This record gives sequence, C-alpha cells and structure tokens, in this order.
Amino acid sequence: MNIEKLLYKPAGEKAILLGDFAVIRGALEAGVQFVSTYPGTPASEIGDGFSLLKKAGKGSFYFEYSTNEKVALEAGIGASFSNLKTLVAMKSFGLNVASDALLPFGYTGIRGPTVIVVADDPSCHSSGQEEENTRGFASLAHIPILEPSDPQECKDFTKIAFELSEKFEIPVILRLTTRVAHQSSIVKLGKIEKANRKAGFKKDYQRFVTMPPRVLEMHDELLDKLAKIKRESEQSAINFINDWSAVAKIGIITSGVSYLHTKEALQSLNLRIPVLKLGFFHPLPEKKIERFIKLLNKVLMVEELEPYLEKEIKILAKDANPKLKIFGKNLLPETRELTPEIVMSAIAQLAGRKLKIENSLKIGNCKLKIPQRSPNLCPGCPYWPVFNGVKQALQEAGLKREDVVFGGGIGCYMLASFIPHNLQDYLLCMGSSIGIAHGIKKANKKQKLISFVGDSSFFHAGIPALINIVHNQSNPLIILMDNQITAMTGQQPYPGIAESGRKEKGQKVKLEEIVKACGVKHLKIIEPAKDYKGFIKVVKDFLKKETVAVIIARRPCVRIKR
Amino acid sequence: MKKNNRQFNIVLSGVGGQGLITLGNIIAEAGFLGGNEVKMSELHGLSQRGGSVAVQVRLGKGVFSPLIPQGEADLILAMERNEALKSGHFSSKKKTIFLINDFEIYSPSFGNQKLPGLGKIISEIKPFAKKVHSIKASDIVQERLGLGILAGVFMLSGAVHKGLIPISPANVLKAIKNNVPRGLELNEKAFFLAKDNFKT
Ligand SMILES: Cc1ncc(C[n+]2csc(CCOP(=O)(O)OP(=O)(O)O)c2C)c(N)n1
Repeated sequence: MNIEKLLYKPAGEKAILLGDFAVIRGALEAGVQFVSTYPGTPASEIGDGFSLLKKAGKGSFYFEYSTNEKVALEAGIGASFSNLKTLVAMKSFGLNVASDALLPFGYTGIRGPTVIVVADDPSCHSSGQEEENTRGFASLAHIPILEPSDPQECKDFTKIAFELSEKFEIPVILRLTTRVAHQSSIVKLGKIEKANRKAGFKKDYQRFVTMPPRVLEMHDELLDKLAKIKRESEQSAINFINDWSAVAKIGIITSGVSYLHTKEALQSLNLRIPVLKLGFFHPLPEKKIERFIKLLNKVLMVEELEPYLEKEIKILAKDANPKLKIFGKNLLPETRELTPEIVMSAIAQLAGRKLKIENSLKIGNCKLKIPQRSPNLCPGCPYWPVFNGVKQALQEAGLKREDVVFGGGIGCYMLASFIPHNLQDYLLCMGSSIGIAHGIKKANKKQKLISFVGDSSFFHAGIPALINIVHNQSNPLIILMDNQITAMTGQQPYPGIAESGRKEKGQKVKLEEIVKACGVKHLKIIEPAKDYKGFIKVVKDFLKKETVAVIIARRPCVRIKR
Repeated sequence: MKKNNRQFNIVLSGVGGQGLITLGNIIAEAGFLGGNEVKMSELHGLSQRGGSVAVQVRLGKGVFSPLIPQGEADLILAMERNEALKSGHFSSKKKTIFLINDFEIYSPSFGNQKLPGLGKIISEIKPFAKKVHSIKASDIVQERLGLGILAGVFMLSGAVHKGLIPISPANVLKAIKNNVPRGLELNEKAFFLAKDNFKT
C-alpha cells in the first residue's frame, strides 16, 4: 500500500505495519516536528518512511538525511533546544559515532521532547563490524532505554518515550532489534496529534552550557532525574507480569522480541509460568523485580547477547531472595539472536520437561553439497569494472595480489571481500579504510596499499582521515567509489547529490572539491566502465606516487530510480 | 513439541531480488483480510544483494514469535530450488509441504562447484516433508508473460488455488492490488494464469 495512505490511516483502524513504520506512526501520533537520521539496517525504513511522506507533501515535520549519525543527533539536539518535538533514528553503530554528543545531551537534557531510536542487529544479518548491544549505553550515558517487542509496542512505546522525555526533560532511547524493526503485524492506530510546539532557542546558560564546574552539578542532576524515572518505571504498565495466577515456583524475566519467543515456547510446551515483561530496560523497576523474585525458587532471564539483566537480577536477589536459583546464560547463548526453539529448550530444562523437537532437515546434516550463496554486486553495478580493473592493473604492473594490501569499508563495495573479487584485507567501520591505510603506510612505507571508500562513507567519516593522511604525509592509493548514492542501505541520498529526501532540492557538495581542498595532489575522476584502459593506467601510475593519490570512480548505482 | 493447529506457518525462501518481501506482504495482508492474526519477519540490507533470503509469514491464532520454530512450517515455498534445502530446518515429516520453483539462480560465489539438480534435492528433502511439489514457474511466466519476476505471484496463486494456504483467492487478489509496487496488470495476469495452469 501507498505509504502515506498506510501511515495516515484514521485512528481506531487497524493496519499491518513493519516495526520501523510503527515507530513513524507513533511519532506522528505524538506530534513529531523534527526528524533526522543516517541510514543503517535495520533502522533505515524509519528515515525512508519519513522521507516518502515528505516527498508526498505530507506532515508538518521537518526531515533530513544527515551526513552521519553524530551530525544527525546534533541537529536533533539543536531542534530540541529550540523546543521542537524531535526524533533521531540510526542503527547500533550509529550510536557509537553519535556518542560524543549523546553523553553531554544527557547532562543538558532536552527542551523539546526527544526520542533516539537505535536498532541493533543480533546475528549480524545485515551488519559487518561487530554484534552490538546498545544496552551497554545505559550505564555509560544514564539515559532511559525502552525495548518494544512488536509493531504495536513500537508505536505505543514511541509515544511513551516522548511522554517520558517531556516529563523528565531527558532524551529517551528506543532500542529495537532486527526481529522487532523488521517484524510486521497488526497495529491498532491512535489519533495523530497536530505538532504545536513553538520553535525558538531561548538562552539558558545553566541548562545548555556544560562548562565546569557546572558540568559536575549536571552529573548529579542527571542521576537525580534517573532516580525519579526509576519510580516511574516501578509504576509503569509496560513493566508487567503476565499470568501471575500461574502458581509455579519458577518464573521468567524478559523483554523485547525475547518475550515473544518466550510466549511461543510456553504455548508449545503447554506450560503456565509467570513472566515479568520489561518495557524499560533502563532504569529497571527494581522493586517490582524484587517482589517478583521473592516468590520464586528459580528464575530464568531470557535475553539476547550480553547478560545485562542477569547481572542486575543477581545483585537484587542477594537481598531479596538469596536462595533463588538464577538461570540465564548457562542455558542460553551469549552471541547471536535467540529463536523460539532455543528459548523452548531453555524453558524445558528449567521446568524439567523433556523436549521433542520435530525432525527437521538441518543444513549441517545435509548430504548434498550446496555451495554457499554469498551476496554479490548487482548485474551492471559500476563496481565490477573497478575491481576487475584493479586486478588487471596489478597484473600489468607485475604485482601479485599478495604484494598489495586492500583496505575495505562499509557499503556495497565490501562485497570486494567475496569471490570473484577477493580484494579486501581489513574491514572495520565507516571511513576507516582511509584512516587505517595511513597507519599501515606509516608502519611500512614500502608496502603498497589500495583502499576503497564509498562516497557516502567518505562524507560520513572519511574526510578527517584523508586530512590526516595529507597532513602527516603517507601515500596510499584511495579509490573513491562514487556511485552517487548510499547504496547498501537502500539508495538514500547523501551530500554528493542535490536530492535531499524531501521535495525541495539540497545543495550538492562536490567530492572532488573536498578532495582537492584536503590538499591531495594526485586526483583523477574517471568512469571505469567507459574508460577501462584509462582507469587501469591511472591505477598503475598512482601506485607509484610519493604522496596520497585519489581516484574518483564515478558512475551511478544501477538501482537508482530517477 | 505440542502440535498447534491454530497456526499456519509459511517460509518463503529464495534469493535476494526475487520479490520475496512483497510476496510476504501480500500473504500477510490477505491473511489479515481473512480475519487472522499475522506476523511476518523479513531481512534487508546485505541479504538483499543476491544472497539467500527467507521471509517468514505466520497466520492464525496464538501467533507470538515473528520466527517460525524449528520443524513448524506448514508450507515452504521455495522460489529457487537450491534454496529449498536451506529452509529444511523448518520442515517436518508430519506436516510440511514443499512447493519448489524448479529454477536455478547462479551465484559467482559458486565458482565451479557443481549444483545438485532437482531430483537430488527432492530426494534429500522427502524424508523430512509430508509432500514435495515442484513446478517450472519462472519458465512458465517467462514464456507466457515475458517476465520472470512474476513467478512469485504465480506460485502463490497456484498454492492458494490448490488449497495449500488457508486464505481465499479473492483476498489474495485484493492484497496484490495493494502491494505490488508496479505492473499490477501483469501481476493479475500471473495470478489468473496459475488459476488454470498450475500442474505440479
Ligand atoms: C556508523 C554506521 N552507520 C551506518 C551504517 C550502515 N551502513 C552500512 S553500508 C552503508 C552504506 C554506505 O554507503 P556508501 O559508502 O556510499 O557505499 P555504497 O553502499 O554506496 O557502496 C551504511 C550507511 C554502518 N555500518 N555504520
């Protein structure tokens, strides 16, 4: 269905919504006025949905794709300081980038209610880098974190997060995971509020300036706020006990999508066990938890990744119920996402049940050899001639693949890692192909190095690294993959084109002007698909340069719909 | 595991780019129109770049998890025959029906490894399935309608008309109208083509 129709369905109706879209609806119901984002799976559809609404001329909110997540959050902070109801969305890794702004934002607090949506990807379905758990930011940033389980809660918790933010003048994180963000189910819709807060920055030195010694008072005030929010968490209906009537002496504590796996497992096992479902991950409703565990002999924490809940509950149990047997990571894995059968098996063990899982054909037991199907570049992708041309250039220059280090980065060009390319020797995070190249080159100047960087990645985090290379003088060859879009995450616009994700155009920022302004002396702009020989020649030439060289390989992504 | 008759679980397996998410959306909406609870789980990003994809759709009552438990699929609709094997985890002798598009999509990552072929795939699956059907859906729609991507709607329509999914053809047709991003007329043609020409 057409997204404006879907997201603007009248109150009282039901719609099938993707978790990410339900967040949008929740924000619309809350009267959101300012939205900024940088794309990243599984959060991309939040920004993309807002963008489609803006392009269709809907909504009284401002929307932008920002250059990176830190900038997106800072824009959001500015909007919040100016009294607007603000939402900022990003994937897990984005919060690492934004964290430098996030932590002091906890200190200053908000003026316009602000929700930061962060999506984790347990099992790394669409993430290289690392298997991140945003829960870690709770103790680092002292900012409340809510965890919805399904699209209905995505919508409702977004509203609740705005209310909390408003009441306690603090930004609130809404933490999604892939199976929540990319889960679709039926959502009952509420009323869309008209955005009505008046915009304008009102000076308030005590509030917005984190200079010492004031910053220390702000730290105290933040902790005071959190203590108050803890009381709210104790009362909140989103921390509730399911099936309290069950008289079992065993219980389960869970949140997010793990709650749904738990309910599925209990139904399949035909078991009645009370479940404490936490909508708040931070601050935890400690009293509620204590009352729950006091009545139990055994408790199981069903949580994905690190045992954050388990650790907290072990501490609470020390006083509340020292005899309590606590289960968690001794029955459940600490890496990768949970699935219903994993949870089922843990609950069966907890309850002393025998479990018979249906006889299924596991890929590992398959006698037939099915080759692995790796993701790959699209047919006609402009990166094909880049990778092929680089190989050809090495051959013509008498270099072996082993003689050259290939720096990889985050984007479609990371498919250089797979057959048939095999041109990736390290891969860490956005923009790092350039930053790391410098260190490798400084360590051993003789080592030849070619690093690939996407155009969106370059704007996101590559520019300071390039400046560092120029200033501190190393000489890698950098190939800027200028496909005119943020491709991997679904073709979002970025500063290199005039498109903005809204109706109006933005101002195009030219890659070559930035590269030149950074002080790079050797620069070539080329379209390898058109001038393949020329591309090979420039790779060979540039590999011999004494200072850093940049090739801008320019040709639009084949998936761009214009 | 306790058998639960109130749920109907569908795995759509295939390769990124075959339109599996749209197909899942159609099934979910048709199920919703028929008064079911629905849950669907999909993946985006890296996995859409020609890798293996499995979209899961769950209909009925008492559906909680977005993920189908091991061995609990009622139907595995494989849009690429090798991918049928990769969803075997969800199958059980007791109830799982496989509907396989007899079609192969090459991946450069295969290199020169040999692929097994339909016969071998089916004999591997059979001990773990109640029934296995196959049809050359991509070839049929390519020949009759000139567009391979229509195989998904063709297969879905065939499955619904054969009674392999408990949703009505009328609701599927309505859901197609609401969900196909472009080429509605061709999709409707594919739907009707399967109504009369779905011989597995
Ligand atoms: C900090 C951070 N934000 C977002 C992402 C998600 N992400 C993965 S690939 C990618 C696209 C990068 O675009 P570009 O550099 O232009 O490469 P392309 O996909 O176009 O090849 C993004 C945004 C990430 N991995 N890390």
